Amino acid sequence: MTDLSSRDLLGDRKAVIDAFARRHRFKWYEAIPWLAAIACYFLFESYHALGAQIFATILFALSLDLLIGFAGIVTLGHAAFFGVGAYAAGVMAANGWHEPLSEVLVAAIVAAGVGFASGLIVLRTAGLTLLMQTLVVAALLQELANKWSSVTGGSDGLLGMKIDPIFGLFRFDLFGDTAYVYCLAVLFIGWLIARNIVYSSFGRSLTGIRENTNRMHAIGAPVDRRKLVIYTISAALAGVSGALIAQTTALVGLNTLALSKSGELIIMLVIGGIGRLYGAFIGVPLYMIAQDRFSQIDPIYWYFWIGLFMIFVVVFARGGVLGVFERFNQRRRSR
Amino acid sequence: MFARATRAILLGAAAGIAFSAAASAQTIKIGVINSYSGFLAQQGDEMEKGMDLYIKTHQANLPPGVKIELVRRDDGANPETGKRVAQELITRERVQLMFGIVASPVGAAVAPLAGEAKVPLVLTNAAGSAITRISPFVVRTSFTQWQFAVPMGEWSAKQGWKTAITAVSDFIPGHDAEGAFTQGFTQGGGKILSALRFPPANPDFAPFVQRIKDAKPDVAFLWVPAGAQASGMLKAIRDLGVRTAGTKIVATQDLVPDEELPNIGEVGDGVISAGNWTSTSDRPANKAFLAAWEKEYQGKVVADFLSVDAWDGMDMVFDLINATKGKFTGDEAMKFFSNWKSDKSPRGPISIDPVEREIVQNVYIRRSEFKNGKLVNVDIDTIPDVKDPWKILNPAKK
Amino acid sequence: MSDFFSITTSILFHGLAMAMVLYLISVGLSVTMGLMGFVNLAHGAFAMAGGYTLVILMKQQNLPFGVALLAAIVICVVLSLILERLLYRRLYGGDELDQVLMTMGLIFASVGAATFLFGPVSQSLEPPAMLRGQINVLGREFPTYRSFLILCGALLVTALWLGLERTRFGAQIRASVDNLRMAQTLGINTSQLFTVAFALGSGLAALGGGLGADFLNVGPNYALEYLVYFLIVVAVGGLGSIRGPFVAALIVGVSDTAFKYLAPQYGAFFIYAITMAILLWRPRGLFGQSA
Repeated sequence: MTDLSSRDLLGDRKAVIDAFARRHRFKWYEAIPWLAAIACYFLFESYHALGAQIFATILFALSLDLLIGFAGIVTLGHAAFFGVGAYAAGVMAANGWHEPLSEVLVAAIVAAGVGFASGLIVLRTAGLTLLMQTLVVAALLQELANKWSSVTGGSDGLLGMKIDPIFGLFRFDLFGDTAYVYCLAVLFIGWLIARNIVYSSFGRSLTGIRENTNRMHAIGAPVDRRKLVIYTISAALAGVSGALIAQTTALVGLNTLALSKSGELIIMLVIGGIGRLYGAFIGVPLYMIAQDRFSQIDPIYWYFWIGLFMIFVVVFARGGVLGVFERFNQRRRSR
Repeated sequence: MFARATRAILLGAAAGIAFSAAASAQTIKIGVINSYSGFLAQQGDEMEKGMDLYIKTHQANLPPGVKIELVRRDDGANPETGKRVAQELITRERVQLMFGIVASPVGAAVAPLAGEAKVPLVLTNAAGSAITRISPFVVRTSFTQWQFAVPMGEWSAKQGWKTAITAVSDFIPGHDAEGAFTQGFTQGGGKILSALRFPPANPDFAPFVQRIKDAKPDVAFLWVPAGAQASGMLKAIRDLGVRTAGTKIVATQDLVPDEELPNIGEVGDGVISAGNWTSTSDRPANKAFLAAWEKEYQGKVVADFLSVDAWDGMDMVFDLINATKGKFTGDEAMKFFSNWKSDKSPRGPISIDPVEREIVQNVYIRRSEFKNGKLVNVDIDTIPDVKDPWKILNPAKK
Repeated sequence: MSDFFSITTSILFHGLAMAMVLYLISVGLSVTMGLMGFVNLAHGAFAMAGGYTLVILMKQQNLPFGVALLAAIVICVVLSLILERLLYRRLYGGDELDQVLMTMGLIFASVGAATFLFGPVSQSLEPPAMLRGQINVLGREFPTYRSFLILCGALLVTALWLGLERTRFGAQIRASVDNLRMAQTLGINTSQLFTVAFALGSGLAALGGGLGADFLNVGPNYALEYLVYFLIVVAVGGLGSIRGPFVAALIVGVSDTAFKYLAPQYGAFFIYAITMAILLWRPRGLFGQSA
């Protein structure tokens, strides 16, 4: 996609206008994930609980892709916002507010707030320092959740969550039917938002910041503000994802804020392909289904294989599944 | 939605799963939820081995034609994964019982499902006191922190020790242990000088241990999660010479679990702990258990309390199958479990409190000492039939 | 007053012991990051390998402490050279993100490999008899092993300093950290320099992991568990220097110990807060090169 834009600049004006007009039009293949998700509802009836978690995690990975893939903000603490969202929804549900959609909204707002506040601090830096700062923010929040056990339930997890049926009609059932449709619907909305951002001029300027921050400064783009805005939006989406997991699990644990959560998410995104908007849709299901299978065969060594696979992807198959696919496509076309 | 129709049938089946499955074939499906991966994998392994060993040695005792089938799932110590695999065990695998669970949050996440589907959940570790209150379909064969730490406090006060410091890992089980010990010790007339809490992932214990040493209490009560932290803590105590300064060390069994004793070595000599199982006890049931264990695992793994708790849990399940000839509903199973009593356990007489569905067991005060060059725990006192004190202090709201 | 003195002494003592271990493990990370700009999150895995080798050799082969420690360092250096040739080399000068991802993968693989080789039970070091117990210095008891640790650390720090300031190799490293291209133009074989520095850093990590196994228990999750500490030392100290991580390790070790002693209930908060504060004040760390 990046090389498309450079070609545009060289081409004549009409081609540029055409490219811009076409860019955000929906392509036929963008329907594939959604059709597949609907088909899976009927094909794999007994896997709805897994499906719901996959959708929620895709949203989480999508929000990370906005940061790492599009804005070039490499973070190791994205679980902070996931956890904050999960706890926000969880604390409400455990204390008398049982309506799920408003919980998601509040989770998004709270996570956005935390994202904005921490973004003000951490986004001033880059590279290793940024990595450290994001990590420390998540660690601080995890410690806080552990300490403040009268509200969060600490390491025992937040108990006693009660969730009303969605619209007063669809109860969260044992089979995960409701959860499946619910998470899919929320993911769809999240995806529309993310897609709009990516294809907007704002999104293009983010890519500019990723590719060359100094030049963006030079042409007068408000780099810091744009970074902060995308950081806040991404935090909100991650918070929504956390709220979904909290509601479908009816429990929130300290692990929602853990470093390993952020790490695993990065792995899932990398497998699918970073900076492509659809990496999350491929990497997350691959990872979670493989893990589900593996956990029945050889759970102990799961991390070993996933680690090796990750190294393999970075060293030999850059860009993950989508990257390999793109290269394959390019080769075919150039032939 | 097409799925709704099939769902209605399935949901109907879910309530009667136990019955229909038992009627069709004499295979009883048990869903095992355990932490095979993640930071509790070591504990999960101990639990798994106890359960497997029981089944292997007792399979022949099942009623003729009745078989059990285990469906094992990994929760990775994550509540959301635990809940999902429990959902799958109930809806996809149609298990009649759920069994296991190391981590309390996982237990808390699974417990409501047990009630919803009427599939009994047998907890063989997950020691958070409140979990059995979540649903009437939960029963526990392990222990709670309160069960050990209150007797430890009372016993310490009885020894004439006047002052104590508590030092616990700063998360819920640690807080439980601190509160329980304080309760037992102060009621016996002792005084708590200070209560230290250290971060759960704490690399260096020296600063805390130094505080204990400087305060010179009669006794220091410690709680850290079983495993690496335990030996780290004990090492700091030795290195700083706390005990030579006259302070006794008491703890729950988490500080000196049997499989860690070789790791702990001479540092552990003289530590007093409260627990529900002591490997050196010469009760015949215990000797039989250890002999079976030795035969199966040949010294490669040391049994610990998790193994015994899972062994007893499976014993309870087998009793149920034998009593009902393998035909039972969820309600019938819970009724049986709630009134279960056993004198076959390696840890002595145990029973289930019918109201709270919580284990009632002897608490043993043990001392870690060297026997034949090996560090072992040895019983020095027994407090019979201890009910979970937390539940007595916090009566269920009706 | 004597109370105050005694408390200060014990805080300084334990803080120093902690600082030495943190420094040994992190200094290699700092140098390789400064030299090659390589974000090597998996550095802790080398410390873990060192710790495991030491503990296993002592327990199972009954090798004496010194020999086992030496063997641990050698094994880790060899291991790091293999990995450097096979993987790291491909990403030098590449995208920071790729480096983070690859080393994250290495961490996860190390978790699995350690579980496979040594089981999920974590191991702790049992120091040799002569280093156990307490020694009396100026009428005060100090744990022997920790005293030994501080002494070792002090010797190594001095050696490293001298090595970097007085030898040709040290000069080359300093030159390359300051300006890589210029160093290359001057005919310094930076590729070889990288390899040597990487191996040296891993060897030091193995040494730190081994010596520190007394209280930083080695378990499968080691590389992930202590990652925050190592990164804090490197980030606070500033990349590419020998002095920076030392000061940072001292700050982290001593202040962490002090707060744990004086206000244990806020133990973990403090270390994070001070890291944030220092990095806000000096984003490149205390001794980092300015851009």
